[in-house]
Parts: sequence; C-alpha cells; structure tokens
Amino acid sequence: MNKLLLGRYLPGDSWLHKLDPRTKLMASFYYIAIIFLANNWQSYLMMFVATMIMVAASKIRLGFFMRGVRPMLWLILFTVALQVFFTKGGAVYWSWGWLAITQYGLTNGAFIFMRFVLIIFVSTLLTLTTPPLALADAVESLLHPLRKIGVPVTELALVLQIALRFVPTLMDQTTKIMNAQRARGVDFGSGNLFQQMKAVVPLLIPLFVDSFGIAEDLATAMDARGYQGGDGRTKYRILQYHPRDVYAGGWMVILTLGLVFLRA
Amino acid sequence: MTPAIAVSHLNFHYPDADHPALQDVSFEVGAGEWVAIIGHNGSGKSTLAKNLNGLLAPDSGVVDIAGMTLAEETVWAIRAKVGIVFQNPDNQFVGATVADDVAFGLENRGIPRAEMLVRVQEALEAVEMSDFASREPARLSGGQKQRVAIAGIIAQRPDIIILDEATSMLDPAGRTEIIRLIQQLRATTQLTVLSITHDIDEAAKADRVILLNDGQIKTTGTPAEIFAYGPELLALGLDVPYPEKLKAALTARGVAMPQTYLDEEGLVAYLWTLHSTM
Repeated sequence: MNKLLLGRYLPGDSWLHKLDPRTKLMASFYYIAIIFLANNWQSYLMMFVATMIMVAASKIRLGFFMRGVRPMLWLILFTVALQVFFTKGGAVYWSWGWLAITQYGLTNGAFIFMRFVLIIFVSTLLTLTTPPLALADAVESLLHPLRKIGVPVTELALVLQIALRFVPTLMDQTTKIMNAQRARGVDFGSGNLFQQMKAVVPLLIPLFVDSFGIAEDLATAMDARGYQGGDGRTKYRILQYHPRDVYAGGWMVILTLGLVFLRA
Repeated sequence: MTPAIAVSHLNFHYPDADHPALQDVSFEVGAGEWVAIIGHNGSGKSTLAKNLNGLLAPDSGVVDIAGMTLAEETVWAIRAKVGIVFQNPDNQFVGATVADDVAFGLENRGIPRAEMLVRVQEALEAVEMSDFASREPARLSGGQKQRVAIAGIIAQRPDIIILDEATSMLDPAGRTEIIRLIQQLRATTQLTVLSITHDIDEAAKADRVILLNDGQIKTTGTPAEIFAYGPELLALGLDVPYPEKLKAALTARGVAMPQTYLDEEGLVAYLWTLHSTM
C-alpha cells in the first residue's frame, strides 16, 4: 500500500526542483498553451529539443517520463488514428471505401502524436519535481486575488493540505481493515470481477465510518488550537521568487519567439 | 495567588444521554501544580477536559482559567492559555510536516512569521524533535507524534497543558518517553499540568490525584493517599500500581507493611530493611 506515491514526486536538488512551484505551475500551463502554436516540422522539432533540455535539467531518468505516457497510450493512438484516416489532402497512399491514408493525414497524425507526448512529458516533469504540498501552496498563492470576489481561497487551501496530509493515514487504515477482514476470511483480489467488487464493500464501509471519526477528532483538535477560519491567520510556509524564476520566464519567452519565427 | 484552574459546581449533560456526564464538580489546581484525574471509562474525565477550554459549554457552574471566567468573549483567550494533547496521535496532526504542525496554533493567532520561526525552533528543541522538523507524520512513531503535539502547544506559551489520555494509545516506551518529557518541561517552566488518565503509573507521578466516578468527584489526595484505598479502587474499575498490589498481598500473608504509598524503589528499600539483620 505504501508504494502508491501521491503525485509521484521524486526528491532531488536539480535546478528544476529548486524553482518556485508557482513558476513551475504557470510555466507548465503556458508551455502547454504555446505547443498549439507549432504547426510544422521545424517548430515541433524545436519544442521537442526544448522539452528534452528541460528533462535533462531535472536529472530524472527518461524512463519515468515514458511511464507517464503509458496510461494515455490508447487515447493517443485513437486520436492519431482519427487524424490519419479522416484528414484529406495531398497524395493518397491507400484508400478503402471512405477511409483513406493521405499525405496530410500522416503528417497531422505525427503532429498530434508529438503534441500529446510533449504535453505529457511537461506535466510529468511538473509532478516529478514538485511535492504535492508545494503545488497546493502555489495554487493558493496564485488564486489569492480571488479572495476579493469572495472565494474562500485560504480555507480551500487548508482543506487541500489536510487532504494530502491524511492520504497516508487513510492508507494505513485501509491496510489494517484489509488485514482484519482477511483474518475473517475475506479474499481480496481473486474470483471474477463481481466477486472482487463484493469483497471491497466490507472494506469501504469501515473506512468511511473511520474517516468521519478522524474528521471529528481533527476538528476538535483544530478548535482547541485556536483555529477560527481564514482572515486573521499568518503563514509559516511562504513562497519566495528567486533570480532563477526570472530565467525560467525568459526561457518561456525565447520559446515563444522561436515558435512565432519558425511556424508556417 | 490565583489558581491556574478553578472549577465550581460544574454540571454537564450530553443532549441525548440518560445520565449527566458531570455533576457538581468543584476543584482547584494551583499554578505549577501537576494534577492527575483518574476514573474508569465513561467517568466523565474527557468531558471535564473539554469543559475547561470551551470545547463544550457547561450547563451550569463556573470555570476560571488563570483568573479569567470562561465565557463566549474569553474563549479564544482561554484556548491560548490551555493546550490539550488528545488521545489519538494521528487525528490531531494538522500540518503536513512536523514544523508546519507546530506552527499551526501560531498561524491561527496571527503571530508574525519572524517570531513563529523562533518559537517553532524553540518548541522543537524543548521536545527534542529538531532533527525531524521537515518530516511527514507518516514517518513518525506514535510517541514522536505526541511529542510534536506537545511542541505545538508549548510554542503557544500556555499556562496549562491538559493531557487527555495522551499516552493511552502509545506503547510502553512511548508512554515513559512522554511522561519523562512532561517532567522535564515542568523542571524548566512554570507549566501547570492536568493529566487525565487511567494509567495508574502516570497518575503516581502527579502532585495530587482527583478520583472521578460517574461524573462526580469521589475523592482527592496525594497519589499515596489515593492508592492506599487499594481494593476500593479496584471496585471502581481502576487498577492499582504494582507495588501497591504486592503490599496488599504481603499484608494478607501477615507481613507488617506501612500504610503509606510506596513506589517501586521505596518498596524495595522497605522490603530489604525488613529482612536485614544489620
């Protein structure tokens, strides 16, 4: 149970690990947006090289990124197939009834494939180099202006932080209940799909009841320690921009200019 | 000198319960004193703790904490003075890391960050957890988590610390660890300790013991006086410390034993002088 790592964060001390989580979050979104500017071989090649440079800067093995692609493989292949078979134009290499493989279809398919892979690589890069807690802090900090229109950002951030904090606790609890149920003869992970689903029920109900107990205890403890809601609170953990965050921004500007220059 | 805690004629009844949880409870705890409240399960010990900092509002009666009367307006000021360590080490750990958790109470009170950093560091040093500051709770033992909970409380510089069965979910090693820590803290600060427990060895360390039975104070006295009741304690569903049991067994076999409470060392000293011909 303990192998299930939340957010797949890999501790490290690379340049990318040290970047402010807000920078990483914003840059990732920005990067995903500008990938859509690429529309020819040159611009895709540039984005590919840029992504590989970033992957290298994280000092994380390429294998971890490949693993990020795997769960999305069927979606990618399906989308690529749609592009290949339904884009018309250019030389026709093969056709059967209303299906045809054309020159444009193949290039479009290749571009879509590239786009998918790059997006997955960059988002994997974000989650591999940023602890979930830092990401939660980044979201809070970036959404802070929304307080003005009445969105309870600090409360939501605390909820998110507590949720992250209790994942391992609930996992332990699950293991305990599973062992207790096994001792009573419940057989997890065998039988047909229906039987396996039935075996999960005696696991879920105690877990559900337990989490309410935990929530009540936690609320009492927070109350006793003077928690009164958002406004008067100060923060222990703060985020601070460094010169390297400016460089990261500069890198994004260079990529944008390169794309504008290279695209058809 | 104003007592740290003064409770007079406190009554509390849970809305859907048949019997009142607390009936006409009155007692005082002096500043710097260590008082243990003992009683069997359901005797109202934890309800009493929650009445002391406004987590529960009494039906009638007055609670004074360091000269302030507990009321709607004073409840937050009083919570700053009274820290509670609860039973379950996991369910009171709010922060994502040790340092974050210690800082939680300070954040709630709007303490400036610069001071927070100092206080968190000091509190962690006081409980010998400085090396664990950036650890996640999942990587700590139960005893370590309770130490962090204590750090979170002393960072707020309270006058009173209530241990609400804080050691009951720990293994024996964790239990001694926490008791030793409390003794240490008391040696260096003016902390008033109220420990709610059914661990009789924990109660034996206190200056005074209050025995609670079915929501009423049965008796109070020094640990020695209380444990001298022996069989009556057993009848109330409480355990008696091992030396006390041995004493009772020896008395039953016709060995002359003193009436006062003896801890393990005291008993050993008494027993060997009994046989010594020197």
